[in-house]
Amino acid sequence: MSFDGIPVYKKKTYKKAPELSRSSTKRRPFVVVGSGPIGLALALFMAKKGHEVLILTAFDFIPAGSKGICYSKEALDIFDQLGIGKRIVDKGVIWNVGKVFWGDSPDPVYQFDMLPVKNQKNPGFVNIQQYYVEDYLVDALEAMENVEIRWGHAVTDLDVSGTYARLNIHTEDGDYELDTDYVLACDGSKSTIRHLMGLDFEGRIFEDSFLIADVKFKQSRPSERWFWFDPPFNRGRTALLHKQPDDIWRLDFQIGWDADREQAIKTENLAPYIKGMLGDGVEYQEDWLSVYTFQCRRMKNFVHGRVIFAGDAAHQVSPFGARGANSGLPDVQNLSWKLDLVLRGDAPKSLLQSYDIERTRGADENILNSSRSTDFITPKSKNSTLFRDAVLELASEYEFARPLVNSGRLSAPTPCYDSPIATMDEEEFPCGPRPGDICPDAPIERDGKAAWLLESLPDGFCLLHIGEQELASDLPVLALPCEGLVAERYGSNMSYLVRPDNIVAARWRNPEPKQIMQAYAKATAQDGA
Amino acid sequence: MTASLNTSPNLDDCDKVYEALINAHNDLSDDESSKLNARLILLLINHIGDEDVIMEAIMAAKTTSKSV
Ligand SMILES: Cc1cc2nc3c(=O)[nH]c(=O)nc-3n(C[C@H](O)[C@H](O)[C@H](O)COP(=O)(O)OP(=O)(O)OC[C@H]3O[C@@H](n4cnc5c(N)ncnc54)[C@H](O)[C@@H]3O)c2cc1C
Repeated sequence: MSFDGIPVYKKKTYKKAPELSRSSTKRRPFVVVGSGPIGLALALFMAKKGHEVLILTAFDFIPAGSKGICYSKEALDIFDQLGIGKRIVDKGVIWNVGKVFWGDSPDPVYQFDMLPVKNQKNPGFVNIQQYYVEDYLVDALEAMENVEIRWGHAVTDLDVSGTYARLNIHTEDGDYELDTDYVLACDGSKSTIRHLMGLDFEGRIFEDSFLIADVKFKQSRPSERWFWFDPPFNRGRTALLHKQPDDIWRLDFQIGWDADREQAIKTENLAPYIKGMLGDGVEYQEDWLSVYTFQCRRMKNFVHGRVIFAGDAAHQVSPFGARGANSGLPDVQNLSWKLDLVLRGDAPKSLLQSYDIERTRGADENILNSSRSTDFITPKSKNSTLFRDAVLELASEYEFARPLVNSGRLSAPTPCYDSPIATMDEEEFPCGPRPGDICPDAPIERDGKAAWLLESLPDGFCLLHIGEQELASDLPVLALPCEGLVAERYGSNMSYLVRPDNIVAARWRNPEPKQIMQAYAKATAQDGA
Repeated sequence: MTASLNTSPNLDDCDKVYEALINAHNDLSDDESSKLNARLILLLINHIGDEDVIMEAIMAAKTTSKSV
């Protein structure tokens, strides 16, 4: 089944908008546009905080192309907050090890571990088709009474000249208008809303194309990421192999900028690549084929008054670091708590500006990493190729060159150390996450039972206190004894002010209640700064 | 900025070292020579290990070219 050439994973029900039969409509505090992973996650965050949520989406289905398959530890922690983490990890394929091969040698030149810090609840990465992620998010949203998803409702116009935003929405029953205070634009890389506002991206487009073949076959291979430079089955170029659930494997071949895309995905042209990688005898079925090109760029700002962008609508990266959805998810985890406080009147609107600063910074780091990987994978000049090959040559013999091999620096948290809402350290601490860092996980004991630190943090802002002395505060406190990995990772006799997105806002040794309240005020933009 | 790139003479027998560098390229095609240089640079920058020194060296190399 397909729609406009987009394959369908699950059909959803279009419903006529009530606005089409009613003349006056109520203004909504916010509307989410887009039902990709980012719009859905944002909607679920807001719904869980008790808001009335409306999602508008052009599609009336969940698309079948598996697109984003690698979800990072950070993304899994976010899915945990959303209540679907277990479902994703149970269905997904867990992997931590990546191997890089070069030329004809069956031995890797380099190998890396995606979870260098062990003893955390979630693994370094889980592979799962994007449609499962979207499906689980939709399930969770459909189970909530305060959520309405309007499938097949496309935003076609936008007016932000007044004191609120007016959207024009196209449906099969006709067009209607909807007023809202905030438009949350999660409408993907081709964002209609970005175009309607005359905004654009800044950054680089890379001249290369890659062929993706998601194929089904049964072979016992390790759950590892395998990457080849110059393999015999794709000379002078690269290839990638990844395991997905349901015996589906992601095969990715660099085919060059001039490749004929229509030809490339024809069964007879694909076969030599697949057999070259997996062996002549392999029997496989094609599941999803696609050719992609990519860009590394972002919008200058994500917050434009009443219109706020997140996910691919705001920034794009090459797929090599799996930094697409994995960076959109922290966007909406960040945005949702701020918008929640603003809508409740518990924080001024200026708090939203910190979303812009923190997440454009995050996007820059993702773009930097993914551009560097791309320059290694697709060298732009003879000299660049020369150095790349020299690195690979040296790597088989010398340890020092192995970390230089860049087949994609996989998605990792992007801390923002100079955030305007972080309270800087006033003294030096020997260890632990700094203000701006995301909290590391650790095994803990609660009520005599084994638990994980991150899942035990109270909702909203809280204090994480590691120490024997009691800590008095109006904020909820998670107090843990100075022992084990918690003390190792956070230090002893330390108190951390942790934001709802698990980012450290401030930290101290024996803080006064006043210091805590000042840091809280700063973290919620109530300090008048 | 504290100057960290040593630009004073630093080799006991500079003629010998220079000769070794040139000889390493004997009988190599232009392509092989370029590859050798690339490997050599990578080995040396790792040995130096000091980011500031390396950045300064890159700048110094860029700005002393006659053709720019
Ligand atoms: C080959 C490939 C591999 C990838 N691998 C990874 C990976 O391993 N890990 C990873 O994290 N990311 C990966 N990505 C990136 C990931 O797929 C994207 O980052 C992710 O889909 C972005 O989600 P989104 O919700 O921002 O946008 P999208 O998923 O693009 O969703 C956009 C939504 O907006 C809706 N929409 C569009 N226009 C309108 C309109 N006018 N009105 C109403 N609704 C509208 C659409 O219906 C859709 O629901 C990969 C991408 C590709 C192509």
